[in-house]
Amino acid sequence: MKKIVLFTAALLLATQAQAQQKIDAGKVDQVFNQMFAKATPEWQARVKQDETQKICSETNNEPPAAEFDKIVAREKASVVYPADGKFLGDWKAGRNVAQRGTGGQFSDAAGTFQGGNCYACHQLSKAELSFGNLGPSLNGYGKDRKYDPVEAKNAYGKIYNAQSVQACSTMPRFGHAKFLTEQQIKDVVAYLFDPESPVNK
Amino acid sequence: MKEARSAMAVAFGLAAFFASATANAQADASEKEIERYRAMINDPMANPGYLAVDRGEGLWSLKRGEKNVSLETCDLGEGAGKLEGAFSKLPRYFADTNKVMDLEQRLLHCMTSIQGLDTKDVIARRFGGPGRESDMEALVAFIGNKSNGMKYQAQTKHPMEQENIALGEALFNRRGGQMDFACSTCHAVEGKRIRLQALPDLSKPGKQAQETLGGWPTYRVSQSQTRTMQHRLWDCYRQQRHPAPEYASDGLTALSAYMVKMADGGEINVPSIKR
Repeated sequence: MKKIVLFTAALLLATQAQAQQKIDAGKVDQVFNQMFAKATPEWQARVKQDETQKICSETNNEPPAAEFDKIVAREKASVVYPADGKFLGDWKAGRNVAQRGTGGQFSDAAGTFQGGNCYACHQLSKAELSFGNLGPSLNGYGKDRKYDPVEAKNAYGKIYNAQSVQACSTMPRFGHAKFLTEQQIKDVVAYLFDPESPVNK
Repeated sequence: MKEARSAMAVAFGLAAFFASATANAQADASEKEIERYRAMINDPMANPGYLAVDRGEGLWSLKRGEKNVSLETCDLGEGAGKLEGAFSKLPRYFADTNKVMDLEQRLLHCMTSIQGLDTKDVIARRFGGPGRESDMEALVAFIGNKSNGMKYQAQTKHPMEQENIALGEALFNRRGGQMDFACSTCHAVEGKRIRLQALPDLSKPGKQAQETLGGWPTYRVSQSQTRTMQHRLWDCYRQQRHPAPEYASDGLTALSAYMVKMADGGEINVPSIKR
C-alpha cells in the first residue's frame, strides 16, 4: 500500500514537472537585458552573469555533484589571501562593517561606504537584537573554534568567496566581487575571532 | 569533567535559545504593533491611499491627449471600459497587441492608442514624490480597488501567458550583480527575516503570496505615497544591487505574472496600508 502511495506521489510530481514549462535561457537573458537596457555600460557589466551565477540560477542553487565540485574549485582559485599572512584586523572596525548595509545600490551616491551588512542575515553579538536569520548565528564563532588561526584563515576565505566552501551559497562573494576590501574582510575576521569582540562575549 | 562540559553545553544552548527568544519576542512585538497600526488606519476613511483612488477616478474620465478623449473605452481585458474584476485577472494576454501585459503596460498602451497622449510626462512622473503626483499610481489604485473582495485569477489559458509565468519564475531565480542576489535569495524560504523584517515566501503557491499580492497597490506610510508593484520591484532590484529596471518593461510583467500565479485565489483588498 505504502509503495503504491509513493509511486502515485512520484508520478504526480513527474506530471507536475512536465506541466511546468521550461523556458529557454536565451529568452530569459533577452527579457532581462531589455529590463536594464537604459542602464550605464558599467551597471550592465555588473549584472552580466558569470558561469557560477548562471549554474546556480538554473539549478535553483542545487547543482549536480560534478558541477558543485567544479564551482568550489573555480571559486577557491579566486581567493586572494593577504600578502602579509595576517588575517585579523581591528574588531571595532569589523563591527562597523558588520552593522552597515550601505553601498552598491543605484540610489547610493558615489563613494558611499560599502558595508558587509552581516547582521541582515546573521546573529553576531548577543547585545544586538536586530539580526536576520537567513544565515546561521555566528555568536561565539571564534571562541567555539578556540581562536584557532587556521579557522581564522578559513573564515577569511569564506567571507572573500563563500562559494569556495559551498557552491551556490546564498552569501555574497564579498572579496571576489570587490565589494569589501582586504582590510575590511580582515576587520570582520577580527570581529569573529578577537577574544575581546562582543561576538565572543 | 565530561558532565561539567555537557552542563556547559546545555547552558550555552539555553543562552542561545533565550537570546533568539528575546529577538523573536522583539520581532513579534514590533510586528504586533505594526498590525495594530495597520488595523487602525486600514479603513477607507483613514487610509490616504484612497485619495489616490479618487484621483485615479478623475484621471480615468479626464479627456486629454491629441484626440481629447478619456480612458473610458480602454479594454483592460474584461471589455471596453469594464473595470470590475479587471485587476484580478492581470497580467493577461491581449490579442490586439499580441502580448501579455500588466495593468501599467495596458494603461500606457491605452493612453497612446486611444488618447493619442505622449506618455513621456506620465512616465517621468511614474513614482510620486514631494511636489510630484503620479498619474499611474493613482490609476492603478483606482482600478485595483475595483477588484476588492474578489480573488486573483491567474491567467494561464493562452500559451503566451504560460510562457510568461515560466519566464517570471526564471527571472525570480536569476542571480546576478555584485552580491549574487536573486529575488529568491530572500523570498523562497518560510520564516526568514532581514534584521527584524519578516520576508514573505513568494516561491510557492499559498497564503504568504496571497496575503502579499492581495495588498498591492498599497499606501506606504514611510514614503507617504501610494505604491504599485512596479515600484516594489524597482525597490527590490535596488536592494539586490541591480540597476534600476525600466518602468513597465516586459521583465517586470513576467515577474508580476509569476507572483500572481503564486497568489492565485488570494483575496484583493487595495489600496492596503504598509509601513
